[in-house]
Amino acid sequence: MIAIIDYGVGNLFSLKSSFAAIGVEALVTDNPDEIRAAQRLILPGVGAFGDAADKLKKSGLDIVLKEEAAKGKPLMGICLGMQLLFEKSYEFGEYEGLGLIPGEIVPFEGKISKEYRIPQIGWNSLNLKNNSPIYKGLKNGDYVYFVHSFYAECEDKYKSAVSEYGIEFTASVMKDNIFGCQFHPEKSGEIGLKILKNFSEV
Amino acid sequence: MLTKRIIPCLDVKDGRVVKGVNFKSLSDISSPVSLGKFYSENGADELVFYDITASAEGRKLFSDILKEVASNIFIPLTVGGGINTLDDFDRVLKCGADKVSVNSGAIKNPDILEKAAKLYGSQCVVLSVDIKRVNGVFTVFSRGGRDNTGIEAIEWIKRGVSLGAGEIVVNSIDTDGVKKGFDLELLSRVCDAVNVPVIASGGAGSVDDFTKLFKEVPKISAGLAASVFHFGEIEIPELKKELKRNDIEVRLV
Repeated sequence: MIAIIDYGVGNLFSLKSSFAAIGVEALVTDNPDEIRAAQRLILPGVGAFGDAADKLKKSGLDIVLKEEAAKGKPLMGICLGMQLLFEKSYEFGEYEGLGLIPGEIVPFEGKISKEYRIPQIGWNSLNLKNNSPIYKGLKNGDYVYFVHSFYAECEDKYKSAVSEYGIEFTASVMKDNIFGCQFHPEKSGEIGLKILKNFSEV
Repeated sequence: MLTKRIIPCLDVKDGRVVKGVNFKSLSDISSPVSLGKFYSENGADELVFYDITASAEGRKLFSDILKEVASNIFIPLTVGGGINTLDDFDRVLKCGADKVSVNSGAIKNPDILEKAAKLYGSQCVVLSVDIKRVNGVFTVFSRGGRDNTGIEAIEWIKRGVSLGAGEIVVNSIDTDGVKKGFDLELLSRVCDAVNVPVIASGGAGSVDDFTKLFKEVPKISAGLAASVFHFGEIEIPELKKELKRNDIEVRLV
């Protein structure tokens, strides 16, 4: 069973449908007992970092997530959920994340030339790094769907894929049992479903 | 590298896909679920659904259909049509939409852009604008192209972005349904005025029209069309191969 963490941020309909489509049991929940009982966790999220980090804290689920992650349970953050895995973000101020992966979230703005639109919206190709199990069966150049204005700055050893958008940016991360995708696997067609399937088997 | 997106648009009335020529005469085409699935398996990068139903009953039908589409299709879905309030945003997002497109609703009440962007994030808020030249001035039309608002289009789009729209759909009434190519002049103007992604709509008649769009307006992010796709006049896999041959970055499937 996979628990999709519901802390009032983002659209969980597609994630739930995606797991249903690949025959993996998934539950949308904000119940700490259900989260503890699940074998794997998904931390979704869209919108602004500060607001999401607040909601996570107020729900008390940040503590549950940290405890479960410390036990070695596989956890995957998606989009803003991935950004929340990091220590800090500079989106509309300075906010603390879960601190499960060393690094911080910074804006594209000022880093890329004017010809690149912000947010980055659309399909970009992956350049795979460090053999992440979530990319089993994928190849370099496979396309996934991104929607974001900020990205993670971290050490190369935590990057499981990078992409190009005016600069090279972190497309996904991995540290032990912690995984994160800046893109939306649940919106990335067959390739995305394969990534979710792989995560359900790590 | 980020690819240029190809987006089929499906106008839905009472649960069925229709497409108007120059916004008037409508003809029934097919089921949103089967068309959506077909497109997602055949290279569409994203789908747009416009609910053109007026009645509450039709709206309910649309919500049900949308849910069915969203549980079967794993590419981004944008929903528009009759979006006037935050409740409308909430309703379609809960049915599985990823982005919500606002048109007349934002003209009546621009605050909705700001409120929705705060609540759901800018990435979720698409400002769709119907534009026609009136005495040489790009002018915003509302209610599906029927009413001249007297608002200058470029200023309106800039304002929309500053309020929180994360993406713009530019629909040229002058070229819509005519199938003689996109409105390159208008699209260039919009791309120069704002820094969010801009989607071109209105006028696609051939593969060459898309090639010309991406070559002559390199800042454009996506091309949107309806009937040429629905009637099979352009097949997306073929279109993408041709774009690729012209060194335009696309996602081949």
